[in-house]
Amino acid sequence: MTEQVHKPSSRFRIGIVLVLVLTVPLALIVRAFDLHVTNKTFLQEQGDARALRSIPVAAHRGMIVDRHGEPLAVSTPVDSIWAQPQQYKATTRQLYNLAKLLDLKPQQIKKLIASKKQEGKEFVYLKRRINPSLAQKVIELEIPGLSIQREYRRYYPTGEVAAHVVGFTNVDDVGQEGIELAYDQWLKGTDGSQLVMKDRLGRVVKPVDLIKSPHAGKDLVLSIDRRLQYLTYRELKRAVFEHKAKSGSAVILDVKTGEILAMVNQPAFNPNNRADLQSYRYRNRVVTDTFEPGSTVKPFTVAAALESGKFKLSTVIDTSPGYMRVGKSVIRDIKNYGRMTLASVIEKSSNVGASKIALTIDPNNLVKVHQRIGFGDVTQSGLPGEVMGSLHQPRIWRDIERATLSYGYGLSVTTLQLARSYLVLASDGMLKPLSIELQTGHVEGESVISAKHTKQIREMLKGVVAQGGTGTKAAVPGFHVAGKTGTVKKVGKHGYSDDKYVSTFVGMVPADNPRLVMAITIHEPRGEHYYGGAVAAPVFSSVMVGALRLLDISPDKLPKKPATFAMLGGAQ
Amino acid sequence: MPGFSKSEFTDTTRIHAGRRVLHRFHVDLPLLLGLIVLVAVGLLVLYSASEQDAGLVSKQLIRLGIAFTVMFAVAQISPDTLRYWSPWLFGVGLIMLIAVLVLGEVGKGAQRWLNLGFFTFQPSELMKLALPMLLAWYLSEAILPPKFKHIMVAVVMMLIPIYMVAKQPDLGTSLLLASSGIFVLFLAGLRWLYIIISMLMLIPTSLLLWFYGMHDYQRSRVLTFINPDSDLRGSGYHINQSSIAIGSGGTYGKGWLNGTQSHLDFLPERKTDFIFPVFSEEFGLIGAIILLTIYAAIVARGLVIAAQAQDTFTRLLAGSITLTFFIYVFINIGMVSGLLPVVGIPLPLVSYGGTSMVTLLAGFGILMSIQTHRKLIAS
Repeated sequence: MTEQVHKPSSRFRIGIVLVLVLTVPLALIVRAFDLHVTNKTFLQEQGDARALRSIPVAAHRGMIVDRHGEPLAVSTPVDSIWAQPQQYKATTRQLYNLAKLLDLKPQQIKKLIASKKQEGKEFVYLKRRINPSLAQKVIELEIPGLSIQREYRRYYPTGEVAAHVVGFTNVDDVGQEGIELAYDQWLKGTDGSQLVMKDRLGRVVKPVDLIKSPHAGKDLVLSIDRRLQYLTYRELKRAVFEHKAKSGSAVILDVKTGEILAMVNQPAFNPNNRADLQSYRYRNRVVTDTFEPGSTVKPFTVAAALESGKFKLSTVIDTSPGYMRVGKSVIRDIKNYGRMTLASVIEKSSNVGASKIALTIDPNNLVKVHQRIGFGDVTQSGLPGEVMGSLHQPRIWRDIERATLSYGYGLSVTTLQLARSYLVLASDGMLKPLSIELQTGHVEGESVISAKHTKQIREMLKGVVAQGGTGTKAAVPGFHVAGKTGTVKKVGKHGYSDDKYVSTFVGMVPADNPRLVMAITIHEPRGEHYYGGAVAAPVFSSVMVGALRLLDISPDKLPKKPATFAMLGGAQ
Repeated sequence: MPGFSKSEFTDTTRIHAGRRVLHRFHVDLPLLLGLIVLVAVGLLVLYSASEQDAGLVSKQLIRLGIAFTVMFAVAQISPDTLRYWSPWLFGVGLIMLIAVLVLGEVGKGAQRWLNLGFFTFQPSELMKLALPMLLAWYLSEAILPPKFKHIMVAVVMMLIPIYMVAKQPDLGTSLLLASSGIFVLFLAGLRWLYIIISMLMLIPTSLLLWFYGMHDYQRSRVLTFINPDSDLRGSGYHINQSSIAIGSGGTYGKGWLNGTQSHLDFLPERKTDFIFPVFSEEFGLIGAIILLTIYAAIVARGLVIAAQAQDTFTRLLAGSITLTFFIYVFINIGMVSGLLPVVGIPLPLVSYGGTSMVTLLAGFGILMSIQTHRKLIAS
């Protein structure tokens, strides 16, 4: 048989094949060994390089609270939806659902991703800061190339009320204004990072390892009292509205500690919704805007007079006939006050009286008093954007410069500086650093005016608010109030304008042992009133009525009649 | 011819009682055991590669059931019947291939499927068995070693289906067809002179193929094979990812279901052609060696069957089927581990997919038939 003849040959060939069959797997095994053992580390690294990614883990930003722990700024978790344009691929239905969830138009999403894809971008936000439960629904659509990022959104429970003090953060949770900016480092904490496993489409499959845990930012306790803040906000807003003013600022200081208890500006903004807001609303005018303080610095002219030794409480100044010529200019009072004491110069706010004092004493000494009470210097409040104002000290003084300086022209201050200078009067001559952070215990200051003189001046300032003074509307029932009004012409393009005023009032209460100092500045009231006594002083009164009650400060001016049961109850 | 003594026969029967039952049903136990172990491993890997998709695994299980049924059925057919039907089967296969080129279904850029109404069918799969059967039939009729005339006829018989499959285009299958034919010729005792000549002819042939016969994607695959790092994001991506997956398994592997490259979608075609990297990443070098050993055992058993075959037709056919199976494994593992250029050939009996599995097991059915239909007393 032919088959039998050739069988050995076939067998031989099968032998060859067997050898082949045994050597080829050997080659495969050698190759496998090469990959598995020799190149293992490299290939494993390569594998990890493809699958493992480090992603940031947002840190919780610290809370900002008022002195009683009431929240002023809190962070709540939100999610942002972002896409990888190169990987993004959605069916028409997915796109429709996505657009519906994100409240966008399908075309909008399509266009955005297409344009980013063309630019070769690998990251684009579709929608930021949405509710986590909504974000979860988006993820459940299972669209390739779509991811979610945990962030924190800042929420400001007090809204407009404390907007300028607290400030706000931007969309990346970085402080932009106010405390949020000034204390950004303190509040922000450090982002952690996390190693995650991602698939080819960039979706996070599972967390692998927390490389660095995020450290939450620290909370910050402000000196602000939310109740006082609200009160001040309400009354200032009312005054600005009522007098059709352009803007207004008010600040309340704690006399013992130099803490800022309330700080308010108008116009304000809502930090929770800054969609279309003009920047002029952001400004914390209490520290950023300066003005000539006008009559409110007259007490310091009197202080300089007392310190000079040339004036005593009993010294009489003749201001008749109600005006005086200094060089080419004429300085006027509202009417002829005749012969005045230092106290009545303050009480009636006589420019002629103040000028006569200034022309008697060394003008450099008056500037020195201004410097000592903190004008032309920072208040150390730590608030961003604070300006120092300016002091003017010429080598050779002209008489008109000496005279106008005495009633508050030729220098500029901020509302906060003005309040701080009255804090000196309120704390027996101590200049204290101001603080926006909560202080514990008494804050020591530097003695800049003698206690005796400040007491005397406080007594004079009581007269301003008492019957016959310029600031009667600042009166607070049950309390002695010491304060000073100011009405300043604003500098316009062509010198001092005749219809633009800054109306101010600075005061303290209770007058004999002051606890609170408050300064109110209202710019360009356009109603029928523009005097500080008519525009700013009522704000002081209405805020202090509430503030003194809230802070449980005992009245120092009770009626002489015996106390009734009801009154005792009310005082508790 | 020596006969059996009666007592010897009964002893063997007693000792191998169970085996005899299997023999009656034309089942070859060693081959069956090898296949079952392989298929079990394959299901495990598939479960992992499919992201633990039990539905997909059970689908594969059903296919396996069908394929094993086909195997048992084919094993019942005697080699003589097979030989008789060989040319007819080839004829049917050829007609189907023509039909595919004329009105086939297009899938993944290639025209391979024929829609028969109730199911789709890949005629090239049928050809994988029909071609070696035809060649074994033709050459067993001739005087061996084959004369030049017979070789030429055989080569033409080979080239027609190979060309048509390559045209689809399905490079992998045409390669398998070519090797199945070549194995028949080789086993038929092709003279070494012819072998050397054809090897030398390979060089100009491959050049011709390169410039005129190949598609762009096929050319880029070869280029990628020569320099795998040239285009990592494009054509080199598959093989680079695959090497990473294999290598990152290390000696002992990452453990079942713990692979990363394969599970994170970095590895393309991981349920089908690229399933070996999934296995390798999870079971490491040890696992790879074990898997290769299983394959080697099956191939070895096939070769034993071929060696014991009693006539030329069965010997050639058994040898060709076994070696083609072997080439299958070699090309797939070689390609995923970067030893060979990428050609779309699945890992037999492990990769997900239906038609090739049926063909493969039908082939093993033929092996079993050859082994169990041996006449105990040679004529």
